[in-house]
Amino acid sequence: MLKEITITVNGQQHTLEVEPRLLLVHMIREVLNLTGTHIGCDTSSCGACTILLDGKSIKSCTVLAVQANGKSITTIEGVAQDNQLSPLQEGFKENHGLHCGFCTPGMILRATELLAQNPNPTEDEIRWGIAGNLCRCTGYNNIVKAIQYAGAKIRGEELPSTEPEFV
Amino acid sequence: MIPQSFQYESPGSLAEAISMLQQYGEDAKILSGGHSLIPMMKLRFATPEYLIDINNIPGLSYIREENGVLKIGGLTREAELEHSDLLKQHFPIFADVTKLIADPQVRNMGTIGGNLAHGDAANDHPAVMMALHATVVATGPEGEREIPIDEFFYGFYMTALQHGDILTEIRIPMPPPGTGSAYHKMERKVGDYATAGVAVQITIGDNGVVTAAGIGLTNVNPVPLRAARSEQALIGKPLTEETINEAALYASEDCNPSSDLRGSEEYKRSIVATLVKRMIHQAVNRANNS
Repeated sequence: MLKEITITVNGQQHTLEVEPRLLLVHMIREVLNLTGTHIGCDTSSCGACTILLDGKSIKSCTVLAVQANGKSITTIEGVAQDNQLSPLQEGFKENHGLHCGFCTPGMILRATELLAQNPNPTEDEIRWGIAGNLCRCTGYNNIVKAIQYAGAKIRGEELPSTEPEFV
Repeated sequence: MIPQSFQYESPGSLAEAISMLQQYGEDAKILSGGHSLIPMMKLRFATPEYLIDINNIPGLSYIREENGVLKIGGLTREAELEHSDLLKQHFPIFADVTKLIADPQVRNMGTIGGNLAHGDAANDHPAVMMALHATVVATGPEGEREIPIDEFFYGFYMTALQHGDILTEIRIPMPPPGTGSAYHKMERKVGDYATAGVAVQITIGDNGVVTAAGIGLTNVNPVPLRAARSEQALIGKPLTEETINEAALYASEDCNPSSDLRGSEEYKRSIVATLVKRMIHQAVNRANNS
């Protein structure tokens, strides 16, 4: 039995008829064609499908589309504003915070909530903060630097060096 | 992976939800945070015909103190427990445990009520609730009833909740002065179940004698386990290395871990003993600094 839901995605409202068993990530990718949200493990372990649901980072492979009824979603496609990269997108670009890029949308959405709650996290808080996002390329060091860069940018402080770290 | 088809209901009140649960009986499952249920549905380990989403019922999410009792709404998210100032002040054990439950995104969805109602001895809150001597409130067709945590867990995925019941609240006595609490679990990686976990709450009287102790164990028994002999080894005596070692030994003897990918039975008993000692020390340090 189809269920009608209304969801705001990246500022745009959609009314859709969906099967209750449709996963949110499949709605985002296959119904709305926003393929920046990735499916990695499909078991809420890897974090590649992370999006913001009413500002909270969640793993969209383990949430039903019907659960998002009446709520607002941000995906990686909605992070840049007015053709300007977000501080985190800029941080990842400047700090080589990605290699293959598969985990990057999830990392950026997760870090978006992290910095919204705490714009000046310690390195330990950043590492615990992205504990639910797996990257198999970078060794995380440049991802941590990218988030520190974005934090400094949000706080309006001098930006840290963007010399990449090779380990 | 896609779950089997089901009918989705999103009641707006507790009464409506309970009535649906009565009507649909064993074919219905309650959807709270969904981070145990939806993975099980994707794997077809769970195939409910009706899913009753309780997330749109107002008034089930709160953390407050009333008349010496801490009350936590069943729908309260792990992330809310993690960041609550009231809990940080009186129950540091919640900061310990929430940080070790899955990861930040899962904690934004997962609820304490779901964690308990799932009835899984591998979950972390059951041991904490035992250490804190909690009471679970079930709301069903006949109204509310209180279930002491020691009478809540029956078996593998089995609890004292009946069809038609919703776990609506957790009640925990506010600790007297001189109380400290701590939790730790050994986990192979973030998001894994515990190899073993230990929750401790301990109260030290003015004369240095232990006046109250609660010790709960995670994932080393078919059901969440209270280390009752360990508690008795501490209560009424001054805290010494000898009594702490005795408590640790009893906990390691009284649990029933199974050998699996996370370690052998012997290894897990050894972890339990070590964690009991560490958590007692941690809890006592916190009691002294409170």
